[in-house]
Amino acid sequence: MLEYACMREIQAPDVTRAVAELAQRANFELGGDVVRLLEAAREREVSPIGREALARLLENARLAKDERLPLCQDCGIAVVFLELGQYAHITGGDLYEAVADGVRCGYRDGFLRKSMVARPFSARINTGDNTPPVIHVEIVPGDRLRIAFMPKGGGAENMSRLVMLKPGAGEHGITDAVVSAVRDAGGNPCPPLIIGLGIGATAEKSLEIAKKALLRPAGEPNSDVETAELERKVFDAVNMTGVGPLGMGGGVTAIAVHAEVYPCHFASLPLAINLQCHSARHAEVTL
Amino acid sequence: MTGLKVGLPLDESVRKTLRAGDAVLLSGVIYTARDAAHKRMAEALEKGVELPFDINGQTIYYMGPAPARPGAVIGSCGPTTSGRMDAYTPQLLEAGLAAMIGKGERSAGVREAIRKAGAVYFVTYGGVGALLSKAVRKAEVVAYPELGAEAIMRLEVDDFPVIVANDMHGGDLFSEQISKYRRG
Repeated sequence: MLEYACMREIQAPDVTRAVAELAQRANFELGGDVVRLLEAAREREVSPIGREALARLLENARLAKDERLPLCQDCGIAVVFLELGQYAHITGGDLYEAVADGVRCGYRDGFLRKSMVARPFSARINTGDNTPPVIHVEIVPGDRLRIAFMPKGGGAENMSRLVMLKPGAGEHGITDAVVSAVRDAGGNPCPPLIIGLGIGATAEKSLEIAKKALLRPAGEPNSDVETAELERKVFDAVNMTGVGPLGMGGGVTAIAVHAEVYPCHFASLPLAINLQCHSARHAEVTL
Repeated sequence: MTGLKVGLPLDESVRKTLRAGDAVLLSGVIYTARDAAHKRMAEALEKGVELPFDINGQTIYYMGPAPARPGAVIGSCGPTTSGRMDAYTPQLLEAGLAAMIGKGERSAGVREAIRKAGAVYFVTYGGVGALLSKAVRKAEVVAYPELGAEAIMRLEVDDFPVIVANDMHGGDLFSEQISKYRRG
């Protein structure tokens, strides 16, 4: 085990610069992992309308990267995952403010759409700079700060689901719940999807790990064999629904299923479902 | 891009010929409106106040764009989820709205209202906003500027690609296509 003699300092303005850069990169450049899965999807899609849609998605990704245009007009709510080493010390400003400033600058300078509204159940006034972000912090070993930026679109996030299954529901219960969520969502979350699943823990923790599962390289199976097998079964079941690319019918409804698992109370089996649209945007850096 | 070239506004004679699943390239004027603008238009209709544009025979696109870079006509501009507009749509169809563009399915009530009004619901490609911005020739805010990206804009489009999702004869792209590819 590594021992650290003293705290390593990380300047808050460096965090701001990093977040601003990640916000733009994530919105302009679709990851190579996602592009490869979409290309493979276009090859195996049986519906002509579906194949045409997949061709458009790929053309859009090339254009967005070349011209630094947002892949989607919905540049998302800024979800930021921080993994803060316990020997890292943030100086020169407040960490959360530094992240929010990064969002502010990145969205302004990148001509990204600002979609955040304050007073959500009443006046719904646009905050004007896409803040505040939603920040998740995890304390980890080491002296680094890892920042993962995920612009999450409203259309896909709206189709999220939390199901408190019976403890004995097992694989079948999970698969059925995911299939019904995907079928009900239809074209709304912009399939083909990456499906994030959080299984176990508590209500709120399952939702958090479902979202964090979306940060995994697209299509990479869980390192646990049993969980990877569940991912495969859910993947096959979802792709039998016929929902297809953009809900216009076809054989490719999901391009990946990522599940994360956490032990839970013996009375429970929480299942969180977080749907990610085909524009599966995220970017990361380690300071 | 391929499809039947059609001019806007859509004549009733053209709407009659459109069938769910047809690929169409639209050219002409469309108006944008999403959640907040729909709420305001519905309130205007309830109060008997005039709508901010003459809706008769027009096309509404459910979209709120990304900001235009300097020198560009518009930023990325793909469709948003149409279902959120379902509660307001029958009123607008009664007021003369002829066509809508968005993404995803409509409610049974809206599908029936489309049939009754002889209107058409098109879908375009969700998450393809950069590409779709290339089909927009002109864009100006015409109402509710304080709503920012949710303001009503008048767009002039050229060969804007859409697919007929719900036609005036009761045809439905989603149920027809999804049941075709459903297995098990």
